[in-house]
Amino acid sequence: MAAEGEKKPVLEMVQADGGDEGCVTFVLHNEDHTLGNSLRYMIMKTVDVDFCGYTITHPSESKINFRIQTRGGVPATEPLRRGLRDLTEVSQHVLNTFQARVDEFKERQEQPMD
Amino acid sequence: MAATMSNVEEIRTRAVLGEFGVKNVHSSDFPGNYPGYDDTWNMQTFQKNFRIDIVNLEENSMEFDMVGIDAAIANAFRRILLAEVPTMAIEKVFIYNNTSIVQDEVLAHRLGLVPIKADPRLFEYRDAGEESAEEQGSEIDTIQLQLKIKCSRNPRATKDSSDPRELYLNHMVYSSDITWVPIGNQADVFADSVIRPVHDDILIAQLRPGQELDIIMHCVKGIGQDHAKFSPVATASYRLLPEITLLEPVEGEKAERLKRCFSRGVIDIEDVNGTNVAKVVNSRVDTCSREVIRHDDLKNVVKLARLRDHFIFTVESTGILPPDVLVTEAIKVLMTKCQRFLSELDSPSVE
Repeated sequence: MAAEGEKKPVLEMVQADGGDEGCVTFVLHNEDHTLGNSLRYMIMKTVDVDFCGYTITHPSESKINFRIQTRGGVPATEPLRRGLRDLTEVSQHVLNTFQARVDEFKERQEQPMD
Repeated sequence: MAATMSNVEEIRTRAVLGEFGVKNVHSSDFPGNYPGYDDTWNMQTFQKNFRIDIVNLEENSMEFDMVGIDAAIANAFRRILLAEVPTMAIEKVFIYNNTSIVQDEVLAHRLGLVPIKADPRLFEYRDAGEESAEEQGSEIDTIQLQLKIKCSRNPRATKDSSDPRELYLNHMVYSSDITWVPIGNQADVFADSVIRPVHDDILIAQLRPGQELDIIMHCVKGIGQDHAKFSPVATASYRLLPEITLLEPVEGEKAERLKRCFSRGVIDIEDVNGTNVAKVVNSRVDTCSREVIRHDDLKNVVKLARLRDHFIFTVESTGILPPDVLVTEAIKVLMTKCQRFLSELDSPSVE
């Protein structure tokens, strides 16, 4: 469990008693559909993942319960870590492509002036 | 060609607009769902298929196509644009005098909604702690603005005039009356980009002779999730690219009727050996009204669909930052979110 008290927790892990580490509910604080749904998509693209889904606990609580169940004894933190890395990589590629296209577009707009 | 496309491929890539509902709305391209398809995540395939085309880029609005990405991620960018890209907005209003008919709280709310032209990337968030943020602000997290105005009679007005514009001075308070009071070294730092309201013609209050406003305002950095005044966009939305396919030739009067079922420019009528034949020329501009389904003889001739991975984004800025900068900032916000949880995963506090 993340430290309680002064500092607000960012990420918590909840496991059923006696459950294996392949079935974990992560509590992501201060997140909603924005990260929840995109991360769920990335994690569901992984082969070892049996189930991945999330719920928003209550409209007035700003946290989501993010559930991952894996196959073959893979710890649930692995697909989560991979999903986050993949999503960063995707965003980086989108950012690079977007900036390149914007630069091209701006150049093209300037040229007809000559 | 939708007509010759295999059914599985259609389920995977198109949302079909039928007479009684929309089919294949959800992404289903996950491993194990389709025999013969490898749906595990592959960065190379993604990079090969992903494409962005800028359609239009103006001072305050832009349109671009984002192709080859899932709705979950495209929607994350849209949601971040609306609610999580920070801007500076008036958060605290200190009313020293307000004798106008606008109540203090209404006036404070109106002022909060005025977009302030200041680059939020050059500021920090104010500490969330209630006591520390009570009144004091520093040059790195606060912009101070002042609105001090008094209405009076115009001594040069003609005697029998009844026009308030002639009778009074300063009877309309506009956003242009708000002045910036630099704190610390702000005057030097923002010398070439003076901080002011984006628009000069926002009416804040109306006064009559003797009434006055004396107000100091503090702007802080915030996000749209907290209050809509912090949202950097007037609107940010996407739609999916429509695809209209004619399953058999449509000729003569039917062609003319088919053309009128769609938005202007979608269907063109060509003269082929003396007969008028309908042809889809630009399905992009269609609004997907599905008017064609009301015509019994036409509804089975045409197939309406939308490409599920082709997003036509429209971003309208409020004028604080250019729209292309907003999109890049939104993408960076998503990356920051991921990094936050990655570092938390690797820290020992999570067991």
